Amino acid sequence: MGGARLALVLAVSLTLQPASPILAQPTSSQPAAPHFAMGPEDGQWTIPQKNYASTRYSDLSEINIETVKNLQVAFTFSTGVNKGHESAPLVVGGTMYVLSPYPNILYALDLTQPGAPMKWQYNPKPAAAAQGVACCDVVNRGPTFANGRIFFTTLDAHVVAVNAETGEEVWRTKLGDINRGETMTMAPLVVKDKVIVGISGGEYGVRGWIQALNIEDGTSVWKAYSTGPDQDVKIGPNFKPFYDSDKGADLGVTTWPADAWQQGGGTVWGWLSYDPDLNLLYHGTGNPGPWNPNQRPGDNKWTAGIFARDADTGEARWFYQTAPHDLHDWDNINEMILLDLEWEGRPRKVLVHPGRTGFVYVIDRTTGEVLSAKPFHALTAVTGVDMETGRLQVNSEKEPVNNRVIRDICPTAPGAKDWNPSAFSHKTGLLYIPHMNMCMDWESVEPNYIAGTPYLGAEVRMYPGPGGHMGEFTAWDIKEGKELWTINERFPVWSGTLATAGDVVFYGTMDGWFKAVHARTGEVLWQFKTSSGIIGQPTTYRGPDGKQYVAILSGVGGWAGSIVSGDLDPRDGTAALGFVNAMRELKNVTTKGGTLYVFKLP
Amino acid sequence: MKHLPLILLSAILLSACEREDREYRSNPVTAETEEKIALVPLSAGPSGPTEHRSGLGKEYEENAYHIAQGKKFYVWFNCNGCHANGGGGSGPPLMDDRWFYGGQIENIVQTIREGRPNGMPSFRGKIPDDQIWQIAAYVRSMGRNVPKAAAPGRNDDMHSGPAEQRRPPGEVIDGGQVPPAAQMPQ
Repeated sequence: MGGARLALVLAVSLTLQPASPILAQPTSSQPAAPHFAMGPEDGQWTIPQKNYASTRYSDLSEINIETVKNLQVAFTFSTGVNKGHESAPLVVGGTMYVLSPYPNILYALDLTQPGAPMKWQYNPKPAAAAQGVACCDVVNRGPTFANGRIFFTTLDAHVVAVNAETGEEVWRTKLGDINRGETMTMAPLVVKDKVIVGISGGEYGVRGWIQALNIEDGTSVWKAYSTGPDQDVKIGPNFKPFYDSDKGADLGVTTWPADAWQQGGGTVWGWLSYDPDLNLLYHGTGNPGPWNPNQRPGDNKWTAGIFARDADTGEARWFYQTAPHDLHDWDNINEMILLDLEWEGRPRKVLVHPGRTGFVYVIDRTTGEVLSAKPFHALTAVTGVDMETGRLQVNSEKEPVNNRVIRDICPTAPGAKDWNPSAFSHKTGLLYIPHMNMCMDWESVEPNYIAGTPYLGAEVRMYPGPGGHMGEFTAWDIKEGKELWTINERFPVWSGTLATAGDVVFYGTMDGWFKAVHARTGEVLWQFKTSSGIIGQPTTYRGPDGKQYVAILSGVGGWAGSIVSGDLDPRDGTAALGFVNAMRELKNVTTKGGTLYVFKLP
Repeated sequence: MKHLPLILLSAILLSACEREDREYRSNPVTAETEEKIALVPLSAGPSGPTEHRSGLGKEYEENAYHIAQGKKFYVWFNCNGCHANGGGGSGPPLMDDRWFYGGQIENIVQTIREGRPNGMPSFRGKIPDDQIWQIAAYVRSMGRNVPKAAAPGRNDDMHSGPAEQRRPPGEVIDGGQVPPAAQMPQ
């Protein structure tokens, strides 16, 4: 009896342990970054993902758990733009590149000079009217560097290549039409001799696609749609999805009501990863259009899922749909972190994906098999993922019904976590996930497709989830599928994350704090209040003086912060597609304005 | 004189009906009313801008039927996709007191027809002219710049905030657009 009680106490204390800050010890079997993400640290930050595996981890360690408390401002720079700053500052050699939201000005700062003065600015002058078809603030998620050039997308759906030395435009290609609601916000990824980009506009009935451009002149090499006939989706004999529900001819047509796929969404506006060994490009597809699911019976292929494609030809290899017949705007465009890990005694190449559905997916990236899907958010609308069929299990009580308000749906339309990327520490083997804790009410109403105007059919209002806070920053054990520690934040955590070899992890909050956290315990070691709320992506680099620096853009906005960046009226809870209901207080704690902050040790 | 109370009562009843007045013949899509209006209080010379309003605007914005129709068309033409139920989203709020391009009903009609440079599409030729006036009348009711008796009460959909009728009388402050950025000539 006594032994049994002791066992019970032990069991209870063991189950409680994950919530308390414990020291995570690296073990031989912990997940590891693949070899193509390792290599010697060159001290630069040339693409937002840091490397093809998207770990957002730097081997620099001058700023570490001992020294981080002494961080101070090295220099600042105003972008002159008052909209949401979601972009990542890049560093190539002695130059920093900062890209603003619309009007998408690219600034080059000279890091070799005191105060990092401006070297040049490049202004693509996107059409102002594009602002009217950008659903959720006029953001941009970053430039990318390759072959002496900076590549980025503009809000009016152009891709530009700029000479990284001189700031001169090398080429510029128009890929979308704002009159059809097509815009671009994503960070391109360069793979070999191609610049890979995708289209935004899932709230406007845009038919999503991903496209590869010739790095030399911007001409299209291949283009694959997310809906429609197999030929358009680039599905051929080499397409081998793991689950039966993705097998069959022209599912991009047959899983829709007649012709609905033509306004079916599945836009590609998020993060890309690339495995050079398999030569596979990984990308997500956005929500199906319209939001109101009752308009589009069927699984709505190939929206709200993950594609693996041959990087040379664009040919699809496998697909996994995280939200078949998506009910709640659960785009699947979040980051995909490529890792190697031992799974049930076998080494596996995996893709780790914290999704909007509320689960962290561990997927075999060679086959598309889901190895695990564990919840990281309070859930009412979904109950799990069927490991036999891979299908998301939904709670039928929370399914939208036309003209009826369904209450307490968790997670919300922006998901358990939206676009803002996690980081994986090569040292601790943990994933650091910036995310939300929110629920919502949803009423489906009949939508009306008018090209160039929103195509939604839903009234939404969001509010804080259990506990009353709206943001969380979580250290996640990928193999166990559970959190190790979590920091609660008043507002959604809408910033990216940076992990470093100094065992310090960085993120920012919407009320303006830039925080450095102990990677193993979650203790906040240092924080700095910036001029506006933070929704940007922190990066780190070794300056020309040999010292380590950390950079972040401050400037609130994005979907969550558009109440401030767009001067929205807090009396209407459905404003900003329902986000304003939850964010009324943000107006009282921060104002808009874009500023770059760069920190260093004294 | 014994008919006086009856006459008075009839007069009161008839005047109350103005709130419900409606035109039965719809304008063709191509027709367009012309109001002489200005966007700014400033003009050359000391007299202020030259304006001439036909009175049509008053007819629309003091009429509950027109406002109710406008509320319906506001959703049908996807206005709510950008401006929500007045609080805004990708488009600016319509229930507040800021009017970049003028807050009188004639200005709003013109904004819907012409579009505006920072994202407002032009609806000219896409919406019949009288329906544009009705939408504009509803937009005026969002900030309660119409008589309380004509403003809509609470609707059957999700409660987004206080109904138009319950909002305090609004103000119109014209202008206030902040240019988006420090753009440099290239």
